[in-house]
Amino acid sequence: MEIATPPAVASDDPRSVARAMAPPSRFGDKAFQWLTLAMAMAVVVLIILTGWQLWLGSSLAIQKFGFHFLTTSTWDPVAEQFGALPFIYGTLVSSLIALLIAVPLSIATAVYLTELAPLLIRQPLVSLIEMLAAIPSVILGLWGIFVMVPWLRDYPFPLLKRLFGWTPFFSGPIYGTSMLAGGIIIAIMILPIITSVSREILRSVPDLQREAAYALGATRWEVTRIAVLSYARKGLFGAVILGLGRALGETMAVTMVIGNTPQIAASLFKPGYTLASVIANEFTEATTDIYLEALFEIGLVLFGVTILVNLIAQLLLKTMTTTTSTTRAVQ
Amino acid sequence: MTMNSARANNDHHHWRKVKNALASTATFVSALLVIAPLGLVFFHLLVNGASSVNWDFFVHLPKPVGEAGGGMVNAIVGSLELLALASVIGIPVGVLGGVYLAEYGTARVNWVLRFAADVLNGVPSITWGVVVYGLVVLRFKGFSAYAGGLALGLIMIPLILRTTEEVILLVPNGYREAALALGVARWKTIVHIVMKTASKGIITGILLALARIGGETAPLLFTAFGNRFWNHSLSQPIAALPLQIFTYAISPYDDWHRQAWAGALVLVTGIFCVNVMVRILTRGRTASVV
Repeated sequence: MEIATPPAVASDDPRSVARAMAPPSRFGDKAFQWLTLAMAMAVVVLIILTGWQLWLGSSLAIQKFGFHFLTTSTWDPVAEQFGALPFIYGTLVSSLIALLIAVPLSIATAVYLTELAPLLIRQPLVSLIEMLAAIPSVILGLWGIFVMVPWLRDYPFPLLKRLFGWTPFFSGPIYGTSMLAGGIIIAIMILPIITSVSREILRSVPDLQREAAYALGATRWEVTRIAVLSYARKGLFGAVILGLGRALGETMAVTMVIGNTPQIAASLFKPGYTLASVIANEFTEATTDIYLEALFEIGLVLFGVTILVNLIAQLLLKTMTTTTSTTRAVQ
Repeated sequence: MTMNSARANNDHHHWRKVKNALASTATFVSALLVIAPLGLVFFHLLVNGASSVNWDFFVHLPKPVGEAGGGMVNAIVGSLELLALASVIGIPVGVLGGVYLAEYGTARVNWVLRFAADVLNGVPSITWGVVVYGLVVLRFKGFSAYAGGLALGLIMIPLILRTTEEVILLVPNGYREAALALGVARWKTIVHIVMKTASKGIITGILLALARIGGETAPLLFTAFGNRFWNHSLSQPIAALPLQIFTYAISPYDDWHRQAWAGALVLVTGIFCVNVMVRILTRGRTASVV
């Protein structure tokens, strides 16, 4: 460790004493502050740079296709016709399926972990959920291809078809790789994040809320429902939106099980395609400039949507935590 | 109170107890369902991968299509090289950025920066692949290890920035005041006292970020690109373990599927080892200072 030299020992020369006595290295202080500021600004610069680069990379396609890019459904690289609607549809539907599965499970798990579970098993459960979050997308996709999809094809899908085959959503032939399989794998990917953010939110609910409800004679579940869940509603909504953001951008696992066919079909047993998957699959195959630009534009759409969704999520979560911290301060 | 209403009251009370039990059971079952995929993935990784993780896997290059055997040594080394390249970008920018937030930033500036970092964390990782493709691959006309490392490094920045800020804020102000009172320059105080005190926490954050990007595939697809052979220059395409797993998993060959499972088992083991290390490092963090 380097320590500023004590003045008296340094030298008898008064100038050197003065130099040591002066606020040491004001230049160093300024330089270090500016250096760290520059590094911190990287996060803002990165957002702008990304938007700019995606815009730049797709400017030709934006000029050529205009708004039609988002509303037409022909994706024909050979004829140089590019419409992103099937990918937008696939992304929205698979994310919606994922949310329908993941949200109730995650929030119920968060409730269990903060309100109902025996204290002894809370920490182990949290660790397990963190481990699930650590599994890379590509490995979940590998498991999806070789284990989950064949199982879904043989057992749950035929059952769904028998029960709900009369609706358009569960009709038609069963391939295995499908929109539904994609939605399920995304659900597994977003379970841990929604659970852990919801858990943080529930933990930030002041105990005074709970105590008040207990004092009125409420059961544990009634305390949770009346005092905790209603109080945390906004934050939980934020957690869900955050999960939606992750679902929209999920790439590898979903690419491996969704079937990668650009079509808009009512049946969830049919293969689909998402914005992220089409970039992953076709980017290195893009032989013409306009093809590459169309893919850049898909990247731009994906980036724009996820930025917007994350903005909303962060705003919801941040206002939630500020309100709780002020309540704590008031106590 | 009449007999009737007493019974009704009793029934009602009973019903409330039943509802309480139902809610406990339902949430417990949900928790089981949430961790079920973890158990299943682990089980199948062991069943399908364990037999193929052998000496060959760690020392041989992939065999040409059609020939059984071979290993993924180039992908393992490639992944480590990519992590090192990513660290060169991600660690200094993330750590120093975190220092700014904790030590210098005003409330308003910090709010904006934190917000930007959290939003960045939510950007799909494939976006970084596209951006780096535009910035580096197109400009320098070719896939390269540099491009892959940059894409991963960009992902690290917001992760490390946030964890560094948090652990530096835990350092008691007395340490700073003591150093400043001795006439130590502020920047030296920060580097030698504050960051040194918080170093365990900072390293924890870095390890977590490395574990996260070690499994990333999407940003490497069109930056590092993958390579069936050794990479001899960082300006050439390079293999990475997650990429190799992906390529092998979607291939039509059984022997490649077997290797994909083996690769996945190795990758997951590596990532979990790092996570366990982090857990050991952070044990009793609240007891000691950082």
